[in-house]
Amino acid sequence: MQESFVRELRNIAGERNVLTDPESLAVYGYDSTPELEGAPGAVILPSGAEEVARIMRLCSGSGINVTVRGSGTNLSGGTISSADGVVIQTSRMNRIIEIDEENLTATVEPGVITSTLHREVEALGLFYPPDPGSMNISTMGGNIAENSGGLRGLKYGVTSDYVMGLETVLADGGLLKTGGKAVKDVAGYRINPLLVSSEGTLGFFTGITVKLIPKPKAKITMLAHFPLLQDAAYAVSSIIAAKVIPATLEFLDKVTIRCVEDFAHVGLPLDVDAVLLVEVDGHPAAIAEEAISVEEICRKHNCTFFQRAKDADEGLKLAAARRTALSALARVKPTTILEDATVPRSCIAAMLKIIRESADRHNVTIGTFGHAGDGNLHPTCLTDERDKDEIARAHAAFEEIFDAAIAMGGTITGEHGIGVAKKKYLPKLSGENGIRIMRGIKKVFDPAGILNPGKIF
Amino acid sequence: MDYVRLINCMRCGMCLPSCPTYKETCLETASPRGRVALVRKIQEGQLLESERLLHYLSLCLDCQACASACPCGVNPGELVADFTCERKERDGLGFMEEVILRHLLPHPDRLEASVAPLRLYQKIGLQRVVRKLGIMKVFPEPIERMESLLPALPRRPLRQEIMEVTAAEGSEKGRIGFFLGCVMSLVFTDASRATVRLLSSLGYTVITPKSQVCCGAPNMLGGDKKGLEEAARTNIDVFNQLDVDFIVTDCGGCGAELKKYKKNAELEGSEKFSSKVRDISEILSLHSEELSKKFRPLPMKVTYHDPCHIAHCQGIRAEPRKLLRIVPGLEFSELEAADSCCGSGGNYNITRPEMAEMILDRKLETIRKSGADVVVTGNPGCLLQLKEGLSRQMPEVRLMHLTELLVQSLDA
Ligand SMILES: Cc1cc2nc3c(=O)[nH]c(=O)nc-3n(C[C@H](O)[C@H](O)[C@H](O)COP(=O)(O)OP(=O)(O)OC[C@H]3O[C@@H](n4cnc5c(N)ncnc54)[C@H](O)[C@@H]3O)c2cc1C
Repeated sequence: MQESFVRELRNIAGERNVLTDPESLAVYGYDSTPELEGAPGAVILPSGAEEVARIMRLCSGSGINVTVRGSGTNLSGGTISSADGVVIQTSRMNRIIEIDEENLTATVEPGVITSTLHREVEALGLFYPPDPGSMNISTMGGNIAENSGGLRGLKYGVTSDYVMGLETVLADGGLLKTGGKAVKDVAGYRINPLLVSSEGTLGFFTGITVKLIPKPKAKITMLAHFPLLQDAAYAVSSIIAAKVIPATLEFLDKVTIRCVEDFAHVGLPLDVDAVLLVEVDGHPAAIAEEAISVEEICRKHNCTFFQRAKDADEGLKLAAARRTALSALARVKPTTILEDATVPRSCIAAMLKIIRESADRHNVTIGTFGHAGDGNLHPTCLTDERDKDEIARAHAAFEEIFDAAIAMGGTITGEHGIGVAKKKYLPKLSGENGIRIMRGIKKVFDPAGILNPGKIF
Repeated sequence: MDYVRLINCMRCGMCLPSCPTYKETCLETASPRGRVALVRKIQEGQLLESERLLHYLSLCLDCQACASACPCGVNPGELVADFTCERKERDGLGFMEEVILRHLLPHPDRLEASVAPLRLYQKIGLQRVVRKLGIMKVFPEPIERMESLLPALPRRPLRQEIMEVTAAEGSEKGRIGFFLGCVMSLVFTDASRATVRLLSSLGYTVITPKSQVCCGAPNMLGGDKKGLEEAARTNIDVFNQLDVDFIVTDCGGCGAELKKYKKNAELEGSEKFSSKVRDISEILSLHSEELSKKFRPLPMKVTYHDPCHIAHCQGIRAEPRKLLRIVPGLEFSELEAADSCCGSGGNYNITRPEMAEMILDRKLETIRKSGADVVVTGNPGCLLQLKEGLSRQMPEVRLMHLTELLVQSLDA
């Protein structure tokens, strides 16, 4: 990085908020994606939208690449920069600007932690449903840029279902305002859905307005044990076919159960093939009925033990334990490569079978968990980055799994994004026209290509 | 250092919200995930062991909240500590470290003698004069800070006054070896007296061998592994000779260190020793039914601060709460983020005072919110740190060691 450029950055953001020492650069060179790293040339921590606009203007003028970073928990290499680019870290932009109880909206800065927003709105009897497993760490900006899902996706949808308005600083420092608090808006193309899941390649969100809903009055958390994996999968499809829509319908296989229990000690069974974690929420009378249906369906599918959380606290503990699944899997081996294949939910059983077969064929250990109700599974390979042969086999297994997902009418990533990690699979899924249109959109937003280059395609 | 322990960190960031220094700074270099990465990069030869890097690492309180939070089973605090040990083994200790860790701490008499001038300093009223005149301002900041942390010292260290054997009240139900922490003995003698009293009231004979030495935790903190091993050797030999069921301490820091002796397989007898070690709250809560009959009402609003060395290092959270809840008339309320560090961190409040103060302020705020009029905790480091903060900001709030409060209920 040129001295003069860094000096100008310091003029904008302040001396302390521009880091160029090798140690800082090194630790902003990774995110939660395995096997990927790359230190930026500088890290900038702006305090607000105005500084961001000035920084972007400076960078575009100097032809310097920019990667925005929230908490660095994404799983596709979305925040990996190179030495000739800068990372702009949003952690200082962490104010909740407003919770509007009349319009049921919240407006936040991008660095607000997801669960902080949950806490604040729930204190007012409101609800912001998207709750990724990483909600205690991830930022709202990251959630929007990845269109994150969560444990409550089945009933409530994903992040994009809640984004109403965005203020985005463009590559040249200009400001784009899209949407707002009006619930209806058909003026021109819908830009918000395009920006949601843009993975930092189209613009820098500085203001985010999301929709809130009333907080459900009650919920019941349940855990069903299945001696056979396939039975759990069939139970998932049957629950949905029975027109019960639980808020949460999560699946954990044997490998995952062991790891989670080893860490969280919440009493998960160690002698079954799979468990389903089910949560129904809403009016007490309605959910009482739904809980009975869920239990009946699970039992019909050979569930051997069905447990209801005895109170809210136990329910929270079970859900919290589920959120540790990915990290807990790393107890077994140093490297965890996790995928995000998503299929129409009627195909869950078939997908699980393919995952097991691929793992066996390539002689790798794969633990699977995920948002079964969304058809979104996370087959996770437990491996060791130093064992190049095993890593190659893991990737070979995943290639098969992706092909199967595409063949079933699914997708290669349900919520983690393409980033760098899944780039090579995108053309297979989107086709030539798909890629051409995406490239065109990118060109309009960012003609010089300075925003998070090398991501998506 | 074992490389696998470093690459086990999958960088998910689950540790970030638990880390006191990350909460204050939101900087990756001040986070557990970042520290593991820094140590890893030194091992991989990608970063140099620069002053700046060591400075970043030294921001770690070793509070181990990250270890509790890590689903992968990584212990970033311990990794940093081990790294420091290896470095000091290679480079040697600094002069003051050598004096304190090798020549002062291992010898209780010297340690006690070194505190005597301080006691005199307080007794003749010099402390008040000095504080009033702000004389401390001319000393380097660490000394000024140390001075401000110092509460009124007891007349004599407990080690000199306590009997080697305190008989059980009534018929003997068990025998306990009492491990007397340095700071407990030098400063918080009333709490340790209360500990012995509670144990004997439950029918335990309490044996306090005078030949025991410092647990070695300060050595570990200073990266002096050899000093730790020497301390462990002495204590293991002293206590393994005794015929006792448990080795009990009322110092969270000592308890955590004593339980860890067994990790060092080369220390003969360490397994036997460590497996007997208990925090006082663990023993007392075994007798909660009996105690609940003995306790008299104490109408107080109480909250509990989890010392890192008790909650994160020893996994003890339920026991102290259970004991407080059986005191009749006592109104217990939870502290928000009760198991978040108070900023004491061994000698952290002396080496990194600004960060320690920010962390302390956050803790004080939660105490204020709890509305409690008594804060209870179980570790002398926390007692020193919280006392300093409370006396500055909330002098009306009292601070007590768990056993001090329980003994009051026994005697009320
Ligand atoms: C343990 C664990 C569990 C997880 N569980 C889930 C889950 O259940 N569901 C799910 O969907 N994901 C999950 N994730 C993935 C990850 O947490 C999400 O992708 C999250 O949204 C990333 O947020 P972040 O703040 O860490 O963003 P980062 O990783 O910092 O950034 C992610 C992307 O967003 C861009 N970005 C960040 N801020 C902005 C901004 N202000 N403007 C424009 N672009 C921006 C970055 O450039 C990057 O491309 C999990 C991850 C972990 C480690």
